[in-house]
Amino acid sequence: MTVWHKLRPYSMVAPAIIIFSLFFIYPIFYMIYLSMFDWNFVSPTKAFVGIQNFVDLLSEPEFRQVLSNTTLYTLLTVTLTTGLSLLLALWLNRGNFFYGIVQGAIFSPHIISLVSISLLWSWLMDPEYGLLNWVIGLFGFAKLQWLSHPSTSLISLVIVAVWKGIGYNTLVFIAGLQSIPADIYEAASLDRSRPWTTFTKLIMPMLSPTIFFLVIINMIGSFQVFETIAIMTQGGPVNSTNTLVYYIYEYGFRFFKIGYASAAGVILLFIVGILTIIYFKLLSNRVHYR
Amino acid sequence: MKAIDIGTAPGRPLGGIRTKQALLRKMVSFILRLLNTAGLLLLILIFAMPFVWMLSTSLKTLPETMIFPPEWIPHHPVWSNYIDAWQTGPFLHYLTNSVIISVSILILQMLTIIPASYAFARYKFIGSGFLFGVVMVTLMIPNQLIFLPVYLELSAFKLLNTHLGLILPFASSAFGIFLLRQAFRQISDELLEAARLDQAAEWKIIVRIMVPMVKPVLVTFALFSFIAHWNDYFWPLVMTTNEVARTLPIGIAKIREVEGVGTWNILMAGNVILVAPILVAFFLSQRHIIKAFVYNGVK
Repeated sequence: MTVWHKLRPYSMVAPAIIIFSLFFIYPIFYMIYLSMFDWNFVSPTKAFVGIQNFVDLLSEPEFRQVLSNTTLYTLLTVTLTTGLSLLLALWLNRGNFFYGIVQGAIFSPHIISLVSISLLWSWLMDPEYGLLNWVIGLFGFAKLQWLSHPSTSLISLVIVAVWKGIGYNTLVFIAGLQSIPADIYEAASLDRSRPWTTFTKLIMPMLSPTIFFLVIINMIGSFQVFETIAIMTQGGPVNSTNTLVYYIYEYGFRFFKIGYASAAGVILLFIVGILTIIYFKLLSNRVHYR
Repeated sequence: MKAIDIGTAPGRPLGGIRTKQALLRKMVSFILRLLNTAGLLLLILIFAMPFVWMLSTSLKTLPETMIFPPEWIPHHPVWSNYIDAWQTGPFLHYLTNSVIISVSILILQMLTIIPASYAFARYKFIGSGFLFGVVMVTLMIPNQLIFLPVYLELSAFKLLNTHLGLILPFASSAFGIFLLRQAFRQISDELLEAARLDQAAEWKIIVRIMVPMVKPVLVTFALFSFIAHWNDYFWPLVMTTNEVARTLPIGIAKIREVEGVGTWNILMAGNVILVAPILVAFFLSQRHIIKAFVYNGVK
């Protein structure tokens, strides 16, 4: 009886821990291991090359462009999504029926498969017959090439990401706004505090944990963007939308350079790891807000 | 601080001026309300228009898609586009696979996360901190980051192109454990003690008393998980090389290869097939679904 009591918690967590170890923890170490070899997936032997894959990667112009594409995509997506959704949240933070419908509408893309969204937006952004060119035409602008030109392709992908992500972000912000105690607002309005002062001195600090959460979640998500690129641009034109996960996918599954792709994976792991650590540092500092 | 905005100005002007000001105030607030409503409608338009456009395109003939400026309502709705889209691949097979995989993942996740989160929430045991650390690390690792080693692993297990290969990596969920552990923690001890005094077996207490108490969180998680795996494109794409285990999103994306680039009417018909059920389900249970997704942002 007592032995069973001692063992019971372990038997309860075991299935989950086994799954995590097999499909998350072990693969990380396996990927780090592979990143130090030259291997084409079929050859029976792997050649140890140390850090050569990393050296090659970082000195290769294509990979550098991939890194800068990924960073630019992430910065634009995160800034626009978080900023616009904060504004929307302040605007839409109301309980009546109409506002509920608006909230539902802006949230709807979040539950739809990225495949559908990518196909739909490829069509909307069609340079010849796309709806978007018609819309900007109404305002007197000339037709754009959107995804088909290197100067607009990346920003087009950002637009799709913002359109998909903004509803979720807005609703998280609204939930954050609603968790601010009502008496704080009352105190501010009794003090005749101006809206701007209320916003910067009261709402922003109270909301900062939510902002950090969303910025980090959006960053981690943006750094591993894949679906829109695989379906809408295949990394092109002229490598202008090639990003890290797509690069790993191509080098692993198309060119069979497993070690090389793994090294790129380790670099991505490193970036995501740093972001996660920053997030938890900020999280532990935020305690005094609550 | 002097108030500047019209609404709270504490002036006490005399009769005539007062009514003039009141009128002005009324007009300003009317215009603001009008602008506000217009803005809200614009927002709805930005998010609804693409879907309406998708539906409209799906009923057009190919030449009709190549009219610019575009026309919104097709002259003779071409319902056969849906049949064409459906026949570009084994869609019934894809649909079956999607159901099998999403439902299996959901069931396995429930079976693994409930006991694990209960143990983490309610028992003290040596190594629990370390084991929960494993959960937290898993929570932080997006699976798009480690697909390559997992692919090699599944290949070694001979699990590529099988349903099991698409199910097993998701048989548990760190996010689910994290969410549910919080919920189990919030249940009061008194309830548990009372049940224990009745000499009820521990597993009975868990199944009959504790799990029903966290039902809202479970429903929340189930919705979240089902939608995520139903929509998933990346994992089935990477882990399959033939049709055996492929799911709906792969099938839809493949329409383009079969029909050729530019056949937007067929593509959008396929897209409607994939999107419509989810959108309808969403608008029927909007509040629950939104809660399911926003939950992790707040608590």
